Amino acid sequence: MSLLDSFKDPHLCQAVLERIHAELHGELRFMEVCGTHTVSIFRSGVRSLLPENVVHLSGPGCPVCVTHDSEVALFLELAGKNAIIATFGDLMRVPGPEKRTLKTAQAEGARVRIVYSPFEAIKLAQDNPNDKVVFLGVGFETTAPAIAATLKTAREEGVHNFSVLSFHKLVPPALHALAADPELQVQAFLLPGHVSAIIGVEPYRFLAQQHGIPAVVAGFEPLDILQALHLFVTMRNKGQAEVINAYTRVVADAGNTKAMAMLNEVFMPADALWRGIGLIPGSGLVLRPEYAAHDAMQVFDLTLRDVPQIKGCQCGDVLKGKISPDQCVLFGKACTPAAPVGPCMVSTEGSCAAYFKYRV
Amino acid sequence: MCLAIPMEILKIEGKTAEVQVGGVRQTIRLDVISEDPAVGDYVIVHAGFALSRLDKEEALATLKLFQEGLNIELT
Ligand code: SF4
Repeated sequence: MSLLDSFKDPHLCQAVLERIHAELHGELRFMEVCGTHTVSIFRSGVRSLLPENVVHLSGPGCPVCVTHDSEVALFLELAGKNAIIATFGDLMRVPGPEKRTLKTAQAEGARVRIVYSPFEAIKLAQDNPNDKVVFLGVGFETTAPAIAATLKTAREEGVHNFSVLSFHKLVPPALHALAADPELQVQAFLLPGHVSAIIGVEPYRFLAQQHGIPAVVAGFEPLDILQALHLFVTMRNKGQAEVINAYTRVVADAGNTKAMAMLNEVFMPADALWRGIGLIPGSGLVLRPEYAAHDAMQVFDLTLRDVPQIKGCQCGDVLKGKISPDQCVLFGKACTPAAPVGPCMVSTEGSCAAYFKYRV
Repeated sequence: MCLAIPMEILKIEGKTAEVQVGGVRQTIRLDVISEDPAVGDYVIVHAGFALSRLDKEEALATLKLFQEGLNIELT
């Protein structure tokens, strides 16, 4: 068995599961806040193997899902301007006001190009020197350094017709908001492995120290996830709450300092809107004034404004772990992956989509 | 879009590298990764950028820890 496959080893997984079974007393409600964890927990079958008293909540870990209605409205506003929009494919079908999407805008003639990497958007700008090319920047700390590197290159190489609309979000402030919510019933946080590869472990310490909530930085294989759950059980039985890095093969405790330096050179924190949660102080990233010429908000003179929320969609409550997707009245009926009403059903990493695909 | 996966480095050229996983080849950027990876290393790739190197020794150590923990309990 290859080294990486060992983290899928069914015998080891079974042994850890048995220990969770034997050692867990009462209910364990844990939340993951990473789209890759969401998908992995469902697809690997881990979810169906968990004891009944282990409750999995899928939190605000899908960047597409937490992109606010007002932000989607700006994507659509941009599509109406004389610009070429470069975007990750997931954003294409996210509904904005009046159920319009980038896909409908594209069908009506807007120039929208799907790119795999933000870096491709630079080439797009160089190939279209007479047009303005805007990259739609959504994502967490995992994605922001890639966008920062792209912006630095654009500036160094004088690609003047390239800009970014930055709606990046930061994970620790969202965890802060969740942990401070008196209605929250989360007893443990499974921390996002790849966000942590960038920011390290320190920014999460407050979970244990201020809120007494244990948290584990975990990888994405079944054994990683089960091992993290077992760590929660062990900590509870010992009456301890700590933040543990269990993904040391990828995550250094200090994070990726080079990526963080790059991120901080290009971006600065700002308040940001999260779908379903609302405004979270300091939870977003905007471009620094030095990058104003590449900031789509300024290049196109855009302003965020209030827009009506999607009727009937309870995505926000799903993202906060207050309801499970199948408790939404539209789930599986009016709202399916083929005809999604809310963003949590659009993205493959969305909680509603994962529920629909693997459970129903 | 949040997906990040380990891919093996086949070739390095300046700030870019050729990587593969399951027969799929791709060119990625090395601007963001903090340590210089070598050919044969696995790196975590997200949105066309390498984020971090996958440390095989740490992986082995983690597995050993898992197994030891379990054996102690199982015997
Ligand atoms: S099932 Fe659809 S409508 Fe209901 S919360 Fe999920 S995305 Fe929104």
